[in-house]
Amino acid sequence: MSRPRTLFEKIWRRHLVAAEAEGLPATLYVDLHLVHEVTSPQAFTELAERGLPVRRPDLTLATMDHSTPTDPSIDDARLRVLDPEGSAQLDRLQANCERHGIPLYAMGDERRGIVHVIGPELGATQPGMTVVCGDSHTSTHGAVGALAFGIGTSEVGHVLATQCLLQHRPKTYEVRVDGRLQEGVVAKDIILAVIARLGIGGGTGHVFEYTGEAIRALDMEGRMTVCNMSIEGGARAGLIAPDDVTFAYLEGRPMAPAGDAWEAAVDDWRSLPTDDGAAYDRTTTLDGSALEPMVTYGTNPGMAIPIAGAVPEDDAIEPEKRASFRKALDYMALEPGQQLQGKPIDVVFVGSCTNSRYSDLVAAANVLRGRKVADGLRVLIVPGSDAVKRQAERDGLAQVFVDAGAEWREAGCSMCLAMNGDQLAPGQYAVSTSNRNFEGRQGAGGRTFLASPLTAAASAITGRVTDVREVLS
Amino acid sequence: MSKSFTRFTGSMAPLPIQNVDTDQIIPASYLKVTDRSGLASGLFSRWRYRDGDPEGEPIADFVLNRPEHGDARILLAGDNFGCGSSREHAPWALVGYGFRAVISTSFADIFRSNALKNGLLVVPVTEDVSASLFDAVAADPATEVTIDLKARTLGLPGGGETNFEVDPFARRCLLDGTDQLGYLLNQAPSIQAFEAAHPARLDTRSA
Repeated sequence: MSRPRTLFEKIWRRHLVAAEAEGLPATLYVDLHLVHEVTSPQAFTELAERGLPVRRPDLTLATMDHSTPTDPSIDDARLRVLDPEGSAQLDRLQANCERHGIPLYAMGDERRGIVHVIGPELGATQPGMTVVCGDSHTSTHGAVGALAFGIGTSEVGHVLATQCLLQHRPKTYEVRVDGRLQEGVVAKDIILAVIARLGIGGGTGHVFEYTGEAIRALDMEGRMTVCNMSIEGGARAGLIAPDDVTFAYLEGRPMAPAGDAWEAAVDDWRSLPTDDGAAYDRTTTLDGSALEPMVTYGTNPGMAIPIAGAVPEDDAIEPEKRASFRKALDYMALEPGQQLQGKPIDVVFVGSCTNSRYSDLVAAANVLRGRKVADGLRVLIVPGSDAVKRQAERDGLAQVFVDAGAEWREAGCSMCLAMNGDQLAPGQYAVSTSNRNFEGRQGAGGRTFLASPLTAAASAITGRVTDVREVLS
Repeated sequence: MSKSFTRFTGSMAPLPIQNVDTDQIIPASYLKVTDRSGLASGLFSRWRYRDGDPEGEPIADFVLNRPEHGDARILLAGDNFGCGSSREHAPWALVGYGFRAVISTSFADIFRSNALKNGLLVVPVTEDVSASLFDAVAADPATEVTIDLKARTLGLPGGGETNFEVDPFARRCLLDGTDQLGYLLNQAPSIQAFEAAHPARLDTRSA
């Protein structure tokens, strides 16, 4: 009988082409490499310069998402005029994928969407896999029990050429969330509370594994929201053990195993969860039943408070961190001790790889149904994939948004990182379901309050930062 | 772009801000490039220029615009430097500007990995050393330190030195120019054996 192991250890060991040795990193095999237009061109150039092929195009999947327009009126011809650089980058991805035989979901393809939405949606990301992408939110795929993490462009080249990465083994960090969530508190609130607790560098050098009753009770899309923001806590990856919820989600998806292979896969996946008695390097526990809807007030995702709370006072901040705290409040034009609830906003953004899946749109639509967005407020609803968009249109969600006065857009990363023209104007405030409230992230001078889709929808109705429980009661 | 590093002596540009994210180092609007060059003007552009526009007016009190730090090739930064996005454009921009090293009490994982692959040395120091360096630069902007990768030492102003940790493999690559991709390509037989023993459960061309 081998010693008890964590989920992370089991996946790590299964993928070792070469273990770590004195002074040398491990060589880790990659089961799925996801590629998008922004972080890949220089990697393909490196391969071209060395005359190297892509080793496993059949384990590589490319999509266009970061800089693609979400305004339905912008077609390819118009994009070439509006954004020649972005267009050229999309062309480059297309050419690179054609040259190497990599499947690419280009503009107009029904399978296209945000890379971290389509991976699970297609059943491409599966339990026990290693998944990488030149994108820090690759941690999302940990929700199915895969070891998934973001890499730089040099490493994108390494994986294209060898299907492997040189890695040092990270430490493990159990993030346990016990108890049952209150009404109006959802996956986004869990992860914002975790990051507020641990700090945005708290998970550096570690892989999170989320455990506990509140995590187990989440559906797959909620688990994706939690794992997605692991990187905002400094951890490159976040994992949730696969269970019947995972298997039910994956069964029948286009790239998931089928027939006998499905049965064999599920048998194998059942052996993945952390063994009783396995040790983590660190553990922290939160009481899920005590969590409130969360909202950020500052310029990193760790600067979050319960929605009924107030911005901290100076003396609650450690002295050496006060200058950065003050800089953040200056940028946000907020005062210590100020309440956020009731703060007027200019924009609401529902979207991003954190919160753009079907259940996120259902949550927002349930709040907005039969109501109107506040006068003068801009509300963007950006589905995470073309498939999510079609489903929302079929099921009437899109009409709920349109009737409420929101903009119903094409799939893409959109205002999460504001590369595609969807952006805040200087000084504007947004309630956003995305993952980063960094200075200028959603547009130069723009100010972001990160929150859940419920909070975003409630705030859309009032035009102010709003506790969804007040709207629903 | 040089990907080697042995020893460097120089002055420091102080950026006493914690959690500097890669969106600040290089905003997303610069990520539409298809090569690694031309990013230097975008480095810290939102803090460096009025309205973030490199054609516009420089913001006088930002460290890179202060004449006394114009020659600095070492960035002295606050804790958790390089958090956020995985964009390798961040070290490309720092290197493009001329930085050879960043000193901080800690670095985000992906940034650290990206930096070391581009000849940009990350030098982790204790809070005490960090504080003393910020004090020294405040007292005299020309204060120099010496980073010796071979010895893994940081030579401090006024004498004395402190050791720093660096990934031994990255160190070897920087010192002797070992090419990481070449190192991986040499493992082709092991990779092939691994693939033979672990048939893939997935074919991305199947959907």
